Amino acid sequence: MSPLLEARELVRIYETRRGLLGRSAEVRAVDGVSLRLRRGETLGVVGESGSGKSTLGRMLLGIDAAQHGTVCIDGATMPNPGTGDWRALRARIQMIYQDPLAALDRRLSVAQQLREPLDIHRIGDVESRTQRIRDMMQSVGLRLDQTDKFPHELSGGQRQRVVIARALMTEPELLVCDEPVSALDVSIQAQVVNLLADLQRDRRLGMVFISHDLKVVRNLCDRVAVMYLGRIVEEGPADTIFVDPQHPYTQALVSSVPQPGRALDSRIILQGEPPNPGNRPPGCAFHPRCH
Amino acid sequence: MNNLVEIRDLRVSFDGVPVLHGIDLDVAPGEALGLVGESGCGKSVTWLAALGLLPGKADVSGSVRLRGRNLAAARRLALERVRGGQIAMIFQDPSSALNPVMRVGKQITEVLRLHRGLVGASAKNEALRMMDLVGIPDARNRFGRYIHEFSGGQAQRLMIAMALAGEPDVLIADEPTTALDATIQAQILDLLVDLRHEMSMATVFISHDLAAVAQICERVCVMYAGKIVEEGPVRHLFDRPYHPYTRGLFDAIPSLTGPRRRLVPIPGAVPDPRYMPSGCAFALRCDRARDFCKQHRPELLPQPGGRQLACAYPVPEARDILHHQEEYQ
Repeated sequence: MSPLLEARELVRIYETRRGLLGRSAEVRAVDGVSLRLRRGETLGVVGESGSGKSTLGRMLLGIDAAQHGTVCIDGATMPNPGTGDWRALRARIQMIYQDPLAALDRRLSVAQQLREPLDIHRIGDVESRTQRIRDMMQSVGLRLDQTDKFPHELSGGQRQRVVIARALMTEPELLVCDEPVSALDVSIQAQVVNLLADLQRDRRLGMVFISHDLKVVRNLCDRVAVMYLGRIVEEGPADTIFVDPQHPYTQALVSSVPQPGRALDSRIILQGEPPNPGNRPPGCAFHPRCH
Repeated sequence: MNNLVEIRDLRVSFDGVPVLHGIDLDVAPGEALGLVGESGCGKSVTWLAALGLLPGKADVSGSVRLRGRNLAAARRLALERVRGGQIAMIFQDPSSALNPVMRVGKQITEVLRLHRGLVGASAKNEALRMMDLVGIPDARNRFGRYIHEFSGGQAQRLMIAMALAGEPDVLIADEPTTALDATIQAQILDLLVDLRHEMSMATVFISHDLAAVAQICERVCVMYAGKIVEEGPVRHLFDRPYHPYTRGLFDAIPSLTGPRRRLVPIPGAVPDPRYMPSGCAFALRCDRARDFCKQHRPELLPQPGGRQLACAYPVPEARDILHHQEEYQ
């Protein structure tokens, strides 16, 4: 059986210009990434800003076109973005972003936000749509008296629940989450992470969970891929990868996570500048910072 | 009295809605104090109010004493000498706190001129020394650059350099590493610890990240809904949190070691300041709350071991709930 999601050798290059008249430069945001995801599996993608993890997330849905490489959903190559076939496929693959206020339409009530995907994909009739909205609100932990609320009337955690509910309205098989809990406070973050874990298990969703937060990723995901400057530098089971990291970058990343009770001076502190994807070091991209 | 800063019964309200409900807080010379809590708990507002940095519509009462002098009664000019001179503050986002159209070297020399009376070559040399001190490589050649020409981590270093230029007695660091990548965060935390020792200044570290606070502070105040609910030495407070909210915050942090487990959230959300419950503000989210808690707002009272607590039914045993947590699969 083919995996739910298979990406082969994905490359995404942005052209940038330095200064007003400067020469254009290539930024290899994603540089030859391959990954597979089974149904019901959660893959964590971690890395710092500029590692290409968000670009990768968008490429997996076809929102950002790959210059090279292919994305297959259920063994079938992703149709070209913008085509009817691609739009039809989008009901099966959905995305959740970091900032719920930006992802939601401020002028639409909760019910309207949730109805939209059903209208777009012509799922069900008026009555069944209303029922589906109610069921979904309950399964993401929203109260039914919040049906007519607008985004600004909800708390941050509730807004993110609306975003998650909206993404699930079309009953997708694949969910790509880009930093879905990073804007939330710790106590609320745990609520939303648990919600995602439950929904993922109950619906056997394939989930790609992009985050810079190693602690959340480890507890939620089955496998983890670590990205640095557009490439996956290490991949492994969530149980072991942070316990026994092999790549020096992963080691530094794990070591930099503040943990209560661990002394500050026992950490590996990376020297040097954060990576600039527009000026990729030759050879191993990590070598200038490698300890 | 040996305290550098003494805040007493500090209250703030916006448009008649109270957001800070009487804060008492001391900062001793040279100490590292952490202020933790979730967004909206008043940890930043406390210091913005203390330094007179809140907008005019904010209604502030209470007293803030710096070396015995009341800042609340101070005139604007006197306050401006305190800010940057004796108490400096750094913020989460350096790119919005620094002037985008002024060269970075100039911004540092400006502080030196205002607070230490340095001008000309001596100001420039001192500014270069500050840039060196915070770890800006090749400071001489980057003195005339603008803030957008620096990375996020370096911009944060420059803001720290600017804050330290006035040789303050207290540095207020408001979420100084939140916007930074993990590996850069580690660098900046390290820098703040080194600088504190080197310049023997007190540091107040405002953060939502308990783990980061644990690593660099000696004493912690936990804030909830505009009040301090628990206070004490870092090690004791982290080993055995008394307040159910502190305990909940700890349990909500996912761990990086041990078995993978389901996260433990605190149910519900922070109350809306417009509709504050009459009793304990945490009662609605607290599994230990009884009827008493819903009627009486607990006072912050001294506890053994130099700690303070505002809770009628504190957490009895430490860290045993964790073992009962259900694990994934």
